[in-house]
Amino acid sequence: MTPIITHIFLQNYWWIIVSLLAGLLVFLMFVQGGQTFIFSIPKNDLQKKMIINTLGRKWEFTFTTLVTFGGAFFASFPLFYATSFGGAYWVWMAILFSFIIQAVAYEYRSKPSNIYGRNTFDTFLLINGSLGPFLIGAAVATFFTGSSFSLNDMKQVHWETPWNGLEALLNIRNLALGFAVLFLVRINGLLFIINTVDDEGIETASRKKLIVNSLWFLLFFLYFVFTLLVADGYSADQASGKIYIEKFKYLHNLISMPLVLALFLSGVVAVLGGLFITIFRGGSKGIWYSGTGTILAVFSLFMLSGFGNTAFYPSLFNLQDSLTIRNASSSLFTLKTMMFVSFLIPFILAYIWYAWWSITNRKVTEEEMNSEHHTY
Amino acid sequence: MTDIIDVSLIDWSRAQFALTAIYHWLFVPLTLGLSFIVAMMETMYVRTGSEEWKKITRFWMTLFGINFAIGVATGIILEFEFGTNWSAYSWFVGDIFGAPLAVEGIVAFFMESTFIAVMFFGWNKVSRKFHLASTWLVAVGANLSALWILVANSWMENPVGMVFNPETARNEMDSFWSVLFNPVAVDKFLHTISSGFVLASVFVAGISAWFLLKKREEPFAKKSILIAGTFGLLSSLLLAFTGDSSARTIAKVQPVKFAAFEALYEGKTNAPLVAFGVLKKSGEKIGKKDVNEFLFAIKLPDLLSVMTSGDKDAYVPGLIDHVNGNTEKGILSTAEKISRGKIARQALTDYSKAKNDNNTEKLAELREKFSNTDFRDNYFRYFGFAFIENPEDVIPDVHGAFYAFHLMVILGFWFILIFTLSIFFLYNGKLHQYRWFLWIMLLTIPLAYLASELGWILTEVGRQPWIIQNLMPVSIAVSQISTSSVQITFWLFALLFTGLLIAEVSIMLRQIKNGPNHQEEKR
Repeated sequence: MTPIITHIFLQNYWWIIVSLLAGLLVFLMFVQGGQTFIFSIPKNDLQKKMIINTLGRKWEFTFTTLVTFGGAFFASFPLFYATSFGGAYWVWMAILFSFIIQAVAYEYRSKPSNIYGRNTFDTFLLINGSLGPFLIGAAVATFFTGSSFSLNDMKQVHWETPWNGLEALLNIRNLALGFAVLFLVRINGLLFIINTVDDEGIETASRKKLIVNSLWFLLFFLYFVFTLLVADGYSADQASGKIYIEKFKYLHNLISMPLVLALFLSGVVAVLGGLFITIFRGGSKGIWYSGTGTILAVFSLFMLSGFGNTAFYPSLFNLQDSLTIRNASSSLFTLKTMMFVSFLIPFILAYIWYAWWSITNRKVTEEEMNSEHHTY
Repeated sequence: MTDIIDVSLIDWSRAQFALTAIYHWLFVPLTLGLSFIVAMMETMYVRTGSEEWKKITRFWMTLFGINFAIGVATGIILEFEFGTNWSAYSWFVGDIFGAPLAVEGIVAFFMESTFIAVMFFGWNKVSRKFHLASTWLVAVGANLSALWILVANSWMENPVGMVFNPETARNEMDSFWSVLFNPVAVDKFLHTISSGFVLASVFVAGISAWFLLKKREEPFAKKSILIAGTFGLLSSLLLAFTGDSSARTIAKVQPVKFAAFEALYEGKTNAPLVAFGVLKKSGEKIGKKDVNEFLFAIKLPDLLSVMTSGDKDAYVPGLIDHVNGNTEKGILSTAEKISRGKIARQALTDYSKAKNDNNTEKLAELREKFSNTDFRDNYFRYFGFAFIENPEDVIPDVHGAFYAFHLMVILGFWFILIFTLSIFFLYNGKLHQYRWFLWIMLLTIPLAYLASELGWILTEVGRQPWIIQNLMPVSIAVSQISTSSVQITFWLFALLFTGLLIAEVSIMLRQIKNGPNHQEEKR
């Protein structure tokens, strides 16, 4: 009898977990998106403080998800970790730099004697908010557009351009996904602010900005999706593992995986629904629709890149060095061990949910900002 | 098999990792210990309902937050640097090494970051008991986080629970429990967290001593010293105990490192333990490396033999034994290990060739070879030696290891003395009168940081040239990127971390100067 928990089953299982973490990460980057408005929405210091405090109470969730995403990718697909991080050095370094400056900015911005002044730390938040999501989006786009690298017999990566990943920014499709992610997190940031801050001025300004940002998001997102559906893709032969170019690969993937198609469409509809009820109905709970939609859409994009015998990290230099979830994964034993650890995830999500609600059950108010002991 | 790698790239990559690790470790021990101290203080508040305890808790919690933020900022880099700067390593052992990092994120870091939000923002939003539970969970989460990182680090010191797979050209885990309960990991975890507890206790006691010196906030300071002194004394005793246990384990699994700690060149029976000494060149050499001798040393007779084997007549091998070998004591020479490592490496090259040639017969033969216990135990275990050029290269920097080790041990005993006296003076009600002692308590703070950093320096310097003991030298683990890229990021990190450290210290000092009442008045 064939065992159920085979290596292939676990490779798929872990790609699903990694995809889910990616979805959660992009949703939680509403913190970054919100940070991009700290110089444009508030009309005074108090309003700025309210926005920064509502976002600041969630920044660690995003940060932790990023670390866990990295750790889970390392544990389950170490060859991707070694290849992408060790090759596209500058892209990942730029992303990391933007997150380093975020981690201290909230805590230090309003503390006396912080040396560099509040504006410096607020600028750190703006840089992180803009650069982080954009670069992560552009880096993920290379899952579909490919990168120029080769691997030797010991699987050591050699990047075949002197730019170590920065050349990805010359590809318009990468830029499109980068901007789409940036505007998506900006939308989610605005929706979150509308949902959690009790201030008329902030709400009015946020609603106004939501319309423009939604249009930009749609422009970049639709361009990326259109080019994705008509693009050639990187297929892996199931028996031999040989990689070859397949026309309309991602369109074929969508058609052959109706569940992924349904999830993707549901995600897009949920994001649009969140925007609709906020813009046209004056609602304030759009973040929950848009957030859920973000998770579903990103999740299904990852499924599209790795499932259906697809190379999720294609090599433009040598097609056969492309990474698939079969050739880049950890061993059966490690994936199985990690699967048991992953059973804790529902429990972890439950306590995160409980803790989240226990401190977000009331909107951030002016009064709270003046009376709270610990504010940013 | 591996491309020729520029030596300066290795050194810059090494320097970058050392820089980020040293900066990160400036903040982590305080987080590990202060989280528990704050939890104890809040427990006192919840039990007594006293506002004084609440004020004390909030003051130290604020300092905890300032330190925590920069700890997180410097920590994220370390995880990703394994990929960016040590990509060959990441593949060679990612199957084993990645798991603890992922578990850290899933199990520990989420716990810490979830409940830290409740700890800081939940005072008026959740019940006292839920808030207290959150504070304790932050402490547990922070220390669990340390557990998984230290499990990963210990595996690099003593690779266990794995088997080499020639098909994928990497090591693969075959026992998670062996990795988790690696003797090095158990010792290192207990030793490291107790060092964090000690550092945080020294920090709290030292700052409280400053308040007493300034004749400010006396009840606050004394209560803080009561908690920190008691916790610190217990932790420093645990630190000494785990330090001893850790040294014994190192003597077994990393005997070269152990010999370097003691600057023991010639192996001997009835080996004395050097309490402290000063090294000088003896004029002799092992290969191209200088041999050192003691200009002077305080030696405790037989103790090293007793420590390593429980027998004063036991033989403790020296660095020369490890390089030249000692047939009588069953120690292989490094030259022999290099030759065996090369045989293992050749087998892997043959495997790769057979795979390319589709030579199924040869592949089957080589698969059999790699699964053969004799080949694994006598050849593959020396795989990394294939990349060692000269036998003496396996000797780490003896000066660095010796002084770091001994200074750390001396400081460990110093902390026990300080905590004992602080509790004694507190109980007899004279602590605030002994200004000389309060100064000593204050000046001990930088010593605690020094001891903590020395611990890591000796751990990492002592195991050079290995990134994974005996299996992979640092030189072949590095990512093949341009040296100039690493140089640029090194300086960017140095600039950024130094800038942030300056801000952190400045904010910290201001908060301390303002004292606990300033925050309450502000409300």
